[in-house]
Amino acid sequence: MFIPNTKQDQQAMLDKIGVKDIKELLAQIPTRFLYPALDLPKALTEAELTAHIHDLAAKNQPLKNFIGAGMYEHFIPEAVPALSSRGEFLTAYTPYQAEASQGTLQTIYEFQSCMCALLNMDVAMASHYDGATAMTEAALAAHRVTGRTEIIVSSLLHPHYKEVLKTYTQHMGITLAEAKNTQDGVLDINALQEQITDKTACFVLPTPNFLGNLEDAQAVSAVVHAKGALLVAVVNPVSLGVVQTPGEYDADFAVCEGQPLGTPMNFGGPGLGVMTAKKAYVRQLPGRMVGIAQDKDGKRAFVLTLQAREQHIRREKAASNICSNEALCALNAVIYLTLLGPQGLKEVAELNLERAHQLAEKINAVKGFQVNMKTPFFNEFVVQCPVPATEVISKLEAKGIAAGYDLGSTCVQMKNCLLVCATELRTPEDLQAYADALGGI
Amino acid sequence: MQEILKNELSIEKSRSDRRGVRFEPVKKHATDYLSAQYLRKGAPRLPELSEFDTVRHFTRLSQQNYSLDAQFYPLGSCTMKYNPKAYDTLSVLPGFAGAHPFAPESAVQGTLELAYNLQELLKQITGLSAFTLQPAAGAHGELTGILTARAYHDAHDGKGRTEVIVPDTAHGTNPATANMAGYRVVNIKSASNGCVDKEALKAALSEKTAVVMLTVPNTVGLFEPDIAEIADMVHQVGALLYMDGANFNALIGLAKPADFGVDIMHLNLHKTFAAPHGGGGPGSGPVGAAKHVAPFLPHPMVACENGRYTLQGDYAQSLGKMKAFYGNMAVVIRGYCYLRQFDAATLKDIAENAILNANYVRACLKGKFNAYFDRNCMHECVLTPPDPHATEVHTSDIAKRLLDYGFYAPTIYFPLIVPEALMVEPTETENKDMLDAFVTAMEKIYEEIQTDPQLVKEAPHNQPVKRIDEVSAARNPNLRW
Repeated sequence: MFIPNTKQDQQAMLDKIGVKDIKELLAQIPTRFLYPALDLPKALTEAELTAHIHDLAAKNQPLKNFIGAGMYEHFIPEAVPALSSRGEFLTAYTPYQAEASQGTLQTIYEFQSCMCALLNMDVAMASHYDGATAMTEAALAAHRVTGRTEIIVSSLLHPHYKEVLKTYTQHMGITLAEAKNTQDGVLDINALQEQITDKTACFVLPTPNFLGNLEDAQAVSAVVHAKGALLVAVVNPVSLGVVQTPGEYDADFAVCEGQPLGTPMNFGGPGLGVMTAKKAYVRQLPGRMVGIAQDKDGKRAFVLTLQAREQHIRREKAASNICSNEALCALNAVIYLTLLGPQGLKEVAELNLERAHQLAEKINAVKGFQVNMKTPFFNEFVVQCPVPATEVISKLEAKGIAAGYDLGSTCVQMKNCLLVCATELRTPEDLQAYADALGGI
Repeated sequence: MQEILKNELSIEKSRSDRRGVRFEPVKKHATDYLSAQYLRKGAPRLPELSEFDTVRHFTRLSQQNYSLDAQFYPLGSCTMKYNPKAYDTLSVLPGFAGAHPFAPESAVQGTLELAYNLQELLKQITGLSAFTLQPAAGAHGELTGILTARAYHDAHDGKGRTEVIVPDTAHGTNPATANMAGYRVVNIKSASNGCVDKEALKAALSEKTAVVMLTVPNTVGLFEPDIAEIADMVHQVGALLYMDGANFNALIGLAKPADFGVDIMHLNLHKTFAAPHGGGGPGSGPVGAAKHVAPFLPHPMVACENGRYTLQGDYAQSLGKMKAFYGNMAVVIRGYCYLRQFDAATLKDIAENAILNANYVRACLKGKFNAYFDRNCMHECVLTPPDPHATEVHTSDIAKRLLDYGFYAPTIYFPLIVPEALMVEPTETENKDMLDAFVTAMEKIYEEIQTDPQLVKEAPHNQPVKRIDEVSAARNPNLRW
């Protein structure tokens, strides 16, 4: 099927090599290891495989999705997958031979440019695995730049991001600390001011935070920089159609999960780690970067550049071991943003704001359920339920609705709290159906 | 000839008020919901193009790319094998693509069942006891593997173990990974036959050794014939043997790493298991572990209890999480599809034909581009050009000239121990006619090196751009518009 060599081909090739059979080519492998018994199922034809995979896909229940919590369901214009799935992009690899990879290289350059424009930052790298690993690399870069050993994160950072940061830093002599939040679900800036010292390498500020609330980033930035620490912002890229950007509040590094920009949720992966920085830190960015060069006729061309940072040159002295990244998701993102343009991005961001606020108001009208409308939020918010969130989730699942994220799963005091998201894909009818379903509990 | 259609950036094609997509109008605006301090000032400088402009822009860019679908892509160590078209469709079925990672488990049983099934198949073909599908790429898998080893040692009074031994033939990711895990890297030289120098290994091993990282087959395309003995040496000092499985295409169906004594390994679903490389990712780097090391793998793990699939998080000894959510499921689906198309009798055909193809290219080019280690190889061969001191033609020139003949270049200048290396990995999915065409191109370049070296040194001649001055990009970096 996928192996074209015929028996005649094989014989001709063996003759050329000068061996009598393939086994002779395997002489380096001790015979006792060769051809082990394998217990594998029957090989499927393409038709059988297609049926089998469709069966598995059908075991997933399509629910009307109101979950966000770091991965968001947005509208993806058909041109995005139609273009990014072209074999010329899909089946190429890292553009080592630049002259024969100008297509991939130019798309990466355009991606870097779009990310800089979106986040209002100076430089961007080609992509990291996901938002959590991009944030971790940014925090590590801050540690290298400042020579300081403490990293403070907001207590309202995504719980998975906290875990990934812990995993990566556990053997690096780095201390992790959390800054407290207020009752209103935002960072306690006064407490942070007390906590941050001249040993602090950076503060990691998610905004919107894990509860969906927007932070007073300008004030946080002042507090962080006053102590000579760096600010790592973690943002929602779609929100930046309307929300204040990391560049505006002087973030040193700004990262995000880029999945909302044209990549489906896929049960959480692949995501798209977007990592940007101030120009001064360009050599601290891990992974690939594309720059403009000239060919020998002086014509504009694109190449991988500043590679002296990378593992294939620096080996154990490299800043990161990253090699393969999420290029195809970055391609989705740049196509998505090219289709939307500044106006489309603003429209989709406003539509998210509107739908989420409409939903919050509808939920507030349901007896026993409450949303704090005082704290500004983008497209998700916390619902105080009269019963445990798990109960709400299972009752709404029976009505074909994925109700939200159970905040009690990471914080016992919040067992009655549900994190609910409405993107532009949730219609006014969907919002009403959600509120009605809550009313039935 | 004057170029009328210039190769512009999207931003250069942008005209204000053009657009490719529109959304429903809103009733209220951002200023109605958020106070000024939370609002963006000024619009981002994104291109403004129609949908058709966008389609044409990216389609034309795609045509300025060599790709596996269109060209032979013998990039050594990257296993550029055919990516079956059925998987493109199956991996994006709405049931899978629309699944939220925090959806109730009852709503994602299909995704979890598929992941579980793949874990079981990977266990079967490697002989290892457990697999995690969490790592997003090969290097991410390496880091997962080394942190798994570290968690194992920490739980076994092994805190004094501070070193990771890496042969000089290893991928750059290996030493970089060990460093990220907080270990000191001890590099050892290879023996003159291209394999591990057992004396050097013996001298480097001590009670300080945490892990030995071996790529099998190694990056010069050779199997370590003494692998079992090496594993014993590693285990005798209480260290663990990590196998970089980037080259597993040479072993699939032929041998199980667990039989050699491997404790931990990663696989690349975007190499051996036919998932496309996407211009640089996404990949997927599952990590397998032997029984004694399995409890230290990252959480959560996909488990099956009474026919119900779950993501289990409560592993007390787990090293933690490597990324948000779970793994790169869209890639995992492709890996699973691939493995389901082979049975025990046919799986070995992959490795055997990959090995046959590499040796055929090596044999055909003998006398012109000799293998650095002149013996039968596994799935890739490392060739060297005629003496560059005499010809003044270097490997990089040969690589560029291959582009003119319609072939992507092999991996060049790697492994580092081979001067002017050309690392050719044809894979089993290329037919003999294509290999013959590649050989013909190489022979032609060999002739050109003797008769018209300048032609080779100035290549490429027929690509979208001429030879690029890479240094010009680093001198004054222009990384964005």
